Order: sequence, then C-alpha cells, then structure tokens
Amino acid sequence: MALMELDAITKSFGAIHALQGVNLVVGEGEAVGLMGDNGAGKSTLMKIIAGNFPPTKGAIRIEGRKVEFSKPLDARDSGIEIVYQDLALCDNLTAGANVFLGRELKKRIGPFRYLDHATMFERAGALFSELKSETRPRDLVRQMSGGQRQAVAIARTRLSDPKLVLMDEPTAAISVRQVAEVLALIKRLKDTGHAVVLVSHRMPDVFEVCDRVAVLRRGIKVADKRIGDTSPEEITGLITGAIEAA
Amino acid sequence: MSDPSRTPQEVHRETAQAPPRSHAEIDESVTSRQEMSGWQSALRTQPFWVFIAIIAIGIVMSLVSDVFLTERNFFNITRNFAFFGIMALGMSAVICTAGIDLSVGSLMGLSGIVTGLVMQAGFGIVPGFLACMATAAAVGLINGILIAYLRMAPFVVTLGMLAIARSIAMVVSNNKMVYQFGPDQDLFERIGGESVFGVPNPVWVMLFLTLVFWWVWRYSTWGRWVIAIGGNAHAAKLAGIPVERITVSVYVVCSLCAGLAAFLMVGWFGSVTNGLGQTYELNVIAASVIGGANLMGGVVYAFGAPIGAALMELIRNSLLLAGIDALWQQFFVGLFLILAVLLEQIRNRGGR
Repeated sequence: MALMELDAITKSFGAIHALQGVNLVVGEGEAVGLMGDNGAGKSTLMKIIAGNFPPTKGAIRIEGRKVEFSKPLDARDSGIEIVYQDLALCDNLTAGANVFLGRELKKRIGPFRYLDHATMFERAGALFSELKSETRPRDLVRQMSGGQRQAVAIARTRLSDPKLVLMDEPTAAISVRQVAEVLALIKRLKDTGHAVVLVSHRMPDVFEVCDRVAVLRRGIKVADKRIGDTSPEEITGLITGAIEAA
Repeated sequence: MSDPSRTPQEVHRETAQAPPRSHAEIDESVTSRQEMSGWQSALRTQPFWVFIAIIAIGIVMSLVSDVFLTERNFFNITRNFAFFGIMALGMSAVICTAGIDLSVGSLMGLSGIVTGLVMQAGFGIVPGFLACMATAAAVGLINGILIAYLRMAPFVVTLGMLAIARSIAMVVSNNKMVYQFGPDQDLFERIGGESVFGVPNPVWVMLFLTLVFWWVWRYSTWGRWVIAIGGNAHAAKLAGIPVERITVSVYVVCSLCAGLAAFLMVGWFGSVTNGLGQTYELNVIAASVIGGANLMGGVVYAFGAPIGAALMELIRNSLLLAGIDALWQQFFVGLFLILAVLLEQIRNRGGR
C-alpha cells in the first residue's frame, strides 16, 4: 500500500487555479522529487501536505486512511515532518534546544516539572551523529554554517520517527560545498526507511537522491517518471513546456 | 568556482560524490571554538559587566563618602530599587518577546488606587491584594490580546493603555488621596515598609522573584518558549508553540509584577494618589536594558533586572552623596543606558 496518496488535489485562490487535479503517490521509503518553475504550484502542494491550508478539492490519504489537516501539527501527528525552506530555527537558542523546540523533555520532582537539558543535549547529539554531522548540540544556531543548520532542521524531523519527510528547497540557501553534505543527510534519511518528498530547483540534487520525479507546470502534473527512465534534458523540457507531457 | 570549461552539473557531480566532509574542514572558525564553562559564559553576559560597574562605583564611593558604606544607606538603596527591580523582571519577559510595555507606570497608579479604595472600604488586606492583582491581570490581558491576536504594535497598544489606566485611576479615585486602609492598615504598612533580618521586605520579594524567574528562564517550558518566540516567532509557531497564548501570558506576567510593586509601594508610603508610578515605565525599561535585555528580543537574564535597577539607584545615591546636583541624575542614567547598549553591540560583533 502506498504511504501517501494525493487524490486529485485542486487549490484555487479566488480566480487563480494554483493546482488542478494533482495525483501523487509516495511509496514507503521512496524519495520523490517535485520539480517545476516558479509559480508551478510546488509550494502550494507542499503547504497542503504540511497542513498549512486545506485543498479546495481532493483528498490526502496516509496509508489508505483519508486525513484532513487544519494546522501543521495535524500533519506531524500523521507522521509527516517538514523541513522548511527558511529552516524555521531560533537563532538565539542552541542546536539541541531547536531540535526539541515545542516538544521539550521534562523531568519531574514532586509537582514540579522542569526541562531535562542533559537528556535533550544527549539525544540531540545522538541524532547528529546518526546523521554523521558534527553539529554540536550546545552550540548556538547563530554561530552555525548553512549545512549545520540544515542538519539541525533534519535532526528535528527524526524525533517523532516520521514516515514521510517533506523538504522544501533544502539546498537553495547554502554554499556549493555544503550541498554534498545535505544530500548525504537526505540519503541517510532514505536509508533509515523514511520516505522523502524533495522540492528543489536543482536538477542535479533530484537526480542524485530521488527514485522518482514529478513535474508540475502551471498547477498541472505533466510528468511522473522513475529517475532511471528519464534524463535532466527531458525534465528541463517538461518544466519549461518545451515537452508538453510525458 | 565558475570554471567555464565545465557545466554546473559536472561541478555538482564532483562535489556531491565526494565523501561527506567533516564540519571541521568546512567551517573551522565555528568548530574550533571551545565549549565554554559556566563561568566563561557568565563573563560574556551583560549583567556580569554591569555588576562589575556597580562594584567599581561602590569602591569609589566608599572612598569619597563615609556615609556610603553605612547600613542605613544600603537599606535605602536596596529598598528604593526593589520596586523597579520587581517591575523590570516582568518587563524583561516582555522585551524578550521583542515587545515593550509602556503602561506599567500608569498601571501602578491604577492598581495602587484600587488597593487603597478596596481597603479603605473596610475589606481586609487579602481582598485588597486580590483586587490589586486582578486589576493588573486585566490590564495585562487586554494589552496581550490586542498585541498577540489583533497583531497591533506593542508600543502603540501600551502607549494607549498608559493614558487609559492613568485616567481610570483618576476617575475612580475622584482625584483624591487615599491614606486610610481600614482594619488591616497596620499589617499593610508593615508589609511594604518594614524589614526582616535588616533587609527591607520589598527587597526580599525582589530576591525571591529573581530566583523564581531564574528558574523559569532556565528550567521551565514557558520560559523556553518565550525565549524562542523572541528569537523567531514564526519558527516557534511552526514548532507547535501556542505563540499567541504565550505572548498574552507574558504581558499578564509583566502587569502582575507592576501590580505587586504597587501593592508594596503603597504600603511603604502609607498613602496612594493616582499619580503613583508616573514615568516609572521609562526607569523600568532602562533598568531592563541596562541589565541585558535586548529590544530586538530573544535575550533575557533574571539577574539582569535587579542589577540594572541597582545600578540606576546607585547612580542617584552616589550623585547625592558626592554633593552633585540631583538635576544631573537623569543625565547619568541616560548615559549608562546608551553605554550599556553600545557595549552589547561591540561584544556581539566580537562574538560573531
């Protein structure tokens, strides 16, 4: 059974049709690239899956069950974690604090509950080493490189052991040499059995880590192909409209 | 990087297929930074340096004036700044969320008058205290809801409340002084005006609250969330933190601190007019900022509030004892305020 099925997702903002009848199936442990030009509807589709707003029409099914998200936390509860483009980190907190933001671990003495810093730092450190990142849990995010920030954002998704990780342009804002590191992080997510939906502008990234690629153009899905059955040239043609559909 | 003989894809393939590099290679400037011990990180905080300034002024003053080091003078200094310290603790929380509360001075007047009127009417000290805190909580709640849910600018909302609260205080007091506090008058005046073990009661309250806030900022989820909201409210929201509710609670906490300060101050004075606390908001904000609060949000120190308030009172006291015209007081408070922020900027630049 497919992990996630998007069934004829349509989203209109007034007269603008951002998405029209988009179907997408993501299997367990599968990495799917979502590509398209600016305004093709990638972000809108991401936001619908992430629970930022509901689709106008259509349904989302997780493991065969229909789900409706009214806020991002609902998506998380259904096993979907999101790595946002701007990473959504608090600069003034440590890496460990950011990993556990909103789900802090607590200890209890009598009626008092207090933050369990030691365990949180320890577990954040373990997550970073699982990702083979040398990010240190006690360092402030403010002092970190783009790649380390990405590691913090990805480590955060693993707290709940999600089934699906959505990544919005994870390599857009970092230097070329850190891209390798982030792609390695994504591969490790895949290796540990997580499905990944990767929204990216960067053709090489998608071909590097994804099993399949779906192309959106003007709100319509124009292609959905296995990476082995296509080429960057074909995908580029599909994105720009030089190739109508495949 | 841009080698014209190769396509971006080729460049990418090379970088992507290289074995994952360690971060030490990628950013040595970051990873070579040693982890700091607690003592070292204290050295980097603003309250620490303000505390050093306090010690320095203290040493100079004990040489200049033989009155400075007397028990009487210390009693006065600590009691005078305790009220500001209590309010600055709450103000620091608001400033940590990148907000501001200009209404605390007027709120002192309003909650002080409410306390006075309730006790004058013959209700005991407990109803008086509860009325005082309920008034404060209501004002904080209104501020917070307007700011968090209607997304109005904190400066404007609390500026409006500054006028409104003062005006209500004038109306309900009929512009008269209250100096009779009913059956519990004695107890009321003792709580605000007397001392335990030679330390004025308001100072005990401030010390206790400072420890409470220290614990809150360090160990409570609420404190962690307030700091996160100050750092990046959008990120906090996406992480599932109830940003609006927490923001409202921050303004309520700030108002409760002002209400508590008013309750103690009225007891100490033995009377209350609707002018109580006029322009105090500026001193409280100054004390918070000198103590390390950053108006951009995301920074808070529990010990900063009393230390900032202490420095301001110390300046006042020192000028007085040194025989310098009291008219200079505001000049030096302003000078220290600007210096404190300047120092912080310089330190931050060095730390990046």
